[in-house]
Amino acid sequence: MTEEQKTVAKSPGSNRWVGQSVARKEEARLLRGQGKFVDDYRLQGTLHVKFVRSAYAHARIASIDVEQARNAPGVAVVLTGAEVAKLVQPFIEIGPDPGGKILDYPMAVDKVHFQGEPVAAVVAESIEAAEDAAELARVDYESLPAVVDAEEALTDGSVLHPSSGTNLVWQGEFEYGDVDGAFSKAAHVIEIDRLHFHRFSSTPLENNVVIAQWDASDNQIYFWCNNSFPAFAIQFLSPALGVGIDQIHFQSHDIGGSFGIKITNYPYMAVCALASRACGGRPVKWVETRTEHMTASAHGNERTFRDTRVALDGDGVITAIESRHIDDCGAYPRYEPLGCIIWAQVLPGAYRVQNMRIHFSQAVTNKCPVGPNRGYSRMQHLWFLERVIDICGHRLGIPADEMRLRNYIKSSEMPYTTPNGCVYDSGDYAAMQRIAKDLIGWDEWQSKIAEARRQGRLIGIGIGTTLDSGTNNFGQSQIINPRAPYSGQSEGANVKLDIYGEIVVSIGSVPQGQGHETTAAQVVADVLNVHPDMVKVRPGFDTDRNVHTGHSGTYASQFAVTGLSAVHGAAAKLKSELSRLASFALGANEDDLEFGVGTQGPEVKDNKSGKSINYWGLANLVNVNNAGLPPDLDVTLNCRYVYRAPFKVPDIQRKYGNLTLTYAAQLHIAVIEIDRETYIPKILGYVAVDDCGRVVNPAIVRGQVFGATAHGIGAALYEDCRYDEAGNLLASTFSDYIPITALNMPRIRYGHLESPSPFSYNGAKGMGEGGAAPVHTVCAALQDALWSSGVIVKDSHNTADSVFRALSTLGLDRGQGLGARD
Amino acid sequence: MPERSDGVSISVTVNGRRHQAEIEARLLLVDFIRENLNLTGTHIGCDTSFCGACTVLLNGSSVKSCTVLAVHAAGGEVTTVEGLAKDGELHPIQQAFKDHYALQCGYCTPGLLMSTCHLLARNPNPTEKDIRKAIAGNCCRCTGYQNIYDAIADAAARVSAARAAGTHGGRAAASAEAR
Repeated sequence: MTEEQKTVAKSPGSNRWVGQSVARKEEARLLRGQGKFVDDYRLQGTLHVKFVRSAYAHARIASIDVEQARNAPGVAVVLTGAEVAKLVQPFIEIGPDPGGKILDYPMAVDKVHFQGEPVAAVVAESIEAAEDAAELARVDYESLPAVVDAEEALTDGSVLHPSSGTNLVWQGEFEYGDVDGAFSKAAHVIEIDRLHFHRFSSTPLENNVVIAQWDASDNQIYFWCNNSFPAFAIQFLSPALGVGIDQIHFQSHDIGGSFGIKITNYPYMAVCALASRACGGRPVKWVETRTEHMTASAHGNERTFRDTRVALDGDGVITAIESRHIDDCGAYPRYEPLGCIIWAQVLPGAYRVQNMRIHFSQAVTNKCPVGPNRGYSRMQHLWFLERVIDICGHRLGIPADEMRLRNYIKSSEMPYTTPNGCVYDSGDYAAMQRIAKDLIGWDEWQSKIAEARRQGRLIGIGIGTTLDSGTNNFGQSQIINPRAPYSGQSEGANVKLDIYGEIVVSIGSVPQGQGHETTAAQVVADVLNVHPDMVKVRPGFDTDRNVHTGHSGTYASQFAVTGLSAVHGAAAKLKSELSRLASFALGANEDDLEFGVGTQGPEVKDNKSGKSINYWGLANLVNVNNAGLPPDLDVTLNCRYVYRAPFKVPDIQRKYGNLTLTYAAQLHIAVIEIDRETYIPKILGYVAVDDCGRVVNPAIVRGQVFGATAHGIGAALYEDCRYDEAGNLLASTFSDYIPITALNMPRIRYGHLESPSPFSYNGAKGMGEGGAAPVHTVCAALQDALWSSGVIVKDSHNTADSVFRALSTLGLDRGQGLGARD
Repeated sequence: MPERSDGVSISVTVNGRRHQAEIEARLLLVDFIRENLNLTGTHIGCDTSFCGACTVLLNGSSVKSCTVLAVHAAGGEVTTVEGLAKDGELHPIQQAFKDHYALQCGYCTPGLLMSTCHLLARNPNPTEKDIRKAIAGNCCRCTGYQNIYDAIADAAARVSAARAAGTHGGRAAASAEAR
């Protein structure tokens, strides 16, 4: 921060801190190794859990013998899945039947449904004792045919959940406009038989961790956990464990990343709570290992796109798309089938297409259950649309930039209502494309690429246009299940003066690196005209702070809208109370009061008399020195505000309505060369242009863009949760999974556009997920590089191996002169 | 059931303070640091020495403490992230990370800071390629690395300046010099 920025703002009503790259408050502890992650908690008498897990993807548990483990040194209790099933109700299923009939218990009961599914929990005095004893558990399995492909699952050849009787979780038809009419008038119809979006996970560096304590004396359950959507988790845990939701206390402090993956760790929370109760209320801790995380936490959704037909007019404008999408949610739905509607937030992507017919279904398979991974459900659909645009563009000989320009929604059309009733708040995709082309040097690359191709090199340039829809309307869950008791979106915050006048902020969000403490302090600093350093923001989430709502959490790109609106509302309430109180204390007219900072800290000043009272004095008057305070001066200086997004319940029959409040956009361009010797795709240049409306903290936004870009590039080129035919996960350690590292992460040139949202108080849009723009972009560049070789990029994951195989299949491997066709 | 190993007596100096302890021979250095000494700034992310969240300096060299036995540190000197700041003042490497927004969730940060100490003790003027190689074994899932490259380049300049001026940062980095 510069000296100028450190100067305390004095002018009332200023907007001095929001919009600046204020240094992050979180750094004070994180840089010193003083962050407080769940594994860092030290509770007296803590017991440790080791899970016994299935090596099989699909098997019946013939017998399970844990007697030796029970008698091993240091073991407190051993719980099998069958024993746990007697203590709990199965978790709620969000979807209707048939998916709603799936029985999801915290551990496998009589069958295992994916490799790594827990079958027993060994609880001991130390983790070493638990691990030693877990090796003594004997489980006999009768293996069953594993189903690892969603399309195959839908044939019901091997049914995972007998209670439901089918592997189909949910299906629905999404039809808008006049699809058949558009096809009958089309100048071109292009067909794509199959596209496939692969399974990956953003794999937060901190694994899942739970500490649970079930205190029998008052029947209260205390959780210290890194779940990133605790308001949702406790709604699942309360009926499952048979306790009131007010009896569940949840606390987090620092979280080592989540990216949505930690939303579904509640089965492990349940087991730890039950184990604690079984051990007389001692704290029970479970620290997931990386291999457990890879095999049995959550992966992102895998999706297959079938029988796609695209209608275009003579200019290459897409007039209709019809397609069949099959989503793979792994062994249990859990947060699903919400993903069966979330994608529809971006039904037409950045494009004006009016006529769409998409049949969407979701199946269970013998793989790790999915969780709402960064870019959740929209990225799969946006990738599909970007593939459609590129394949159509190449087929018709229209360059990638021009193809998009002909199809983009125009800025003059904003706010734009999509065929399914979503309202894109603002944006200018064509302008973003111009910025990105300038940054990458589009025209220079065109000539360089032409020259390189003449030399037989495989090189391409690609564009990815993506949307990051944020602040979701939970009413869309009713399109999935009309009886789902959710709608709207909200977040709560509390801003108070503590007894000595400290400004203290609590929020219902669950930050995992997004800098909420910093941006919240910026907002409060502007409202009260103080310095952000004077605003204390409590780290993490705590049910006992009593600020959260049922939607509270950190997910769905929304904090800049929901969280900061709540903070702003609470700060404004506090300011109004302070104003009334100061008017009494100073004998002044409220209109003459000015908020700012004096020689004794934050204060309120009467401009007429020149007298002032600082926050200590004001807090003192209410809290500890309140004799003589008029009874009608009803202030607490402890102000909670709940922000509710302006949503209606969508039209369930038509599947029509506004599903999200804001639409941030990302436009990326990549240049990629495929090495002719090794087939390794190498990024030669990369540009990311971001538009998330008014920016609250540019450095934080830039960091989110870089981070999301790394996830996308990693996913497109390296990271893959692939299973073999027997349902064995082939990447169960980081050494197999290869999360992107400093060796293969290119430098990103960053560009920016600001289209304020008319729907948020501050013009900001949520933007953390980033829409997996690089997955679209990398595939587009590879497609450009490979089109003339006859290869169509049909998978979201592309490695040297898959490129080699694609080219070999076409008889174009190196021996036969790769690139000779150019 | 695996054999329980016998106790071993070790003496290790951690962040300048000598510790005597009776430990199981199978105890990992990271667990010794986190559990026995309660220095929780050193983290565990992968168990297979891929991610580097557990990186500490052992006798001046960066090691991944999740794959080093505590007994290997016997008689040695360990520096963890808690040993970087001096009298509350951030080490220049920490300050550079702060100024460049080189962290988000902060879970990988202690390991990256220690790897940077190791790098700068051996190579005071690293190129970006040197920097990337030095942190290839430190996985960050939040930042996309770009701000980290910039922070380390800036840290190099700051550490050199501190060394020349004989101020905080010059000495701590020197403790990471190869022996």
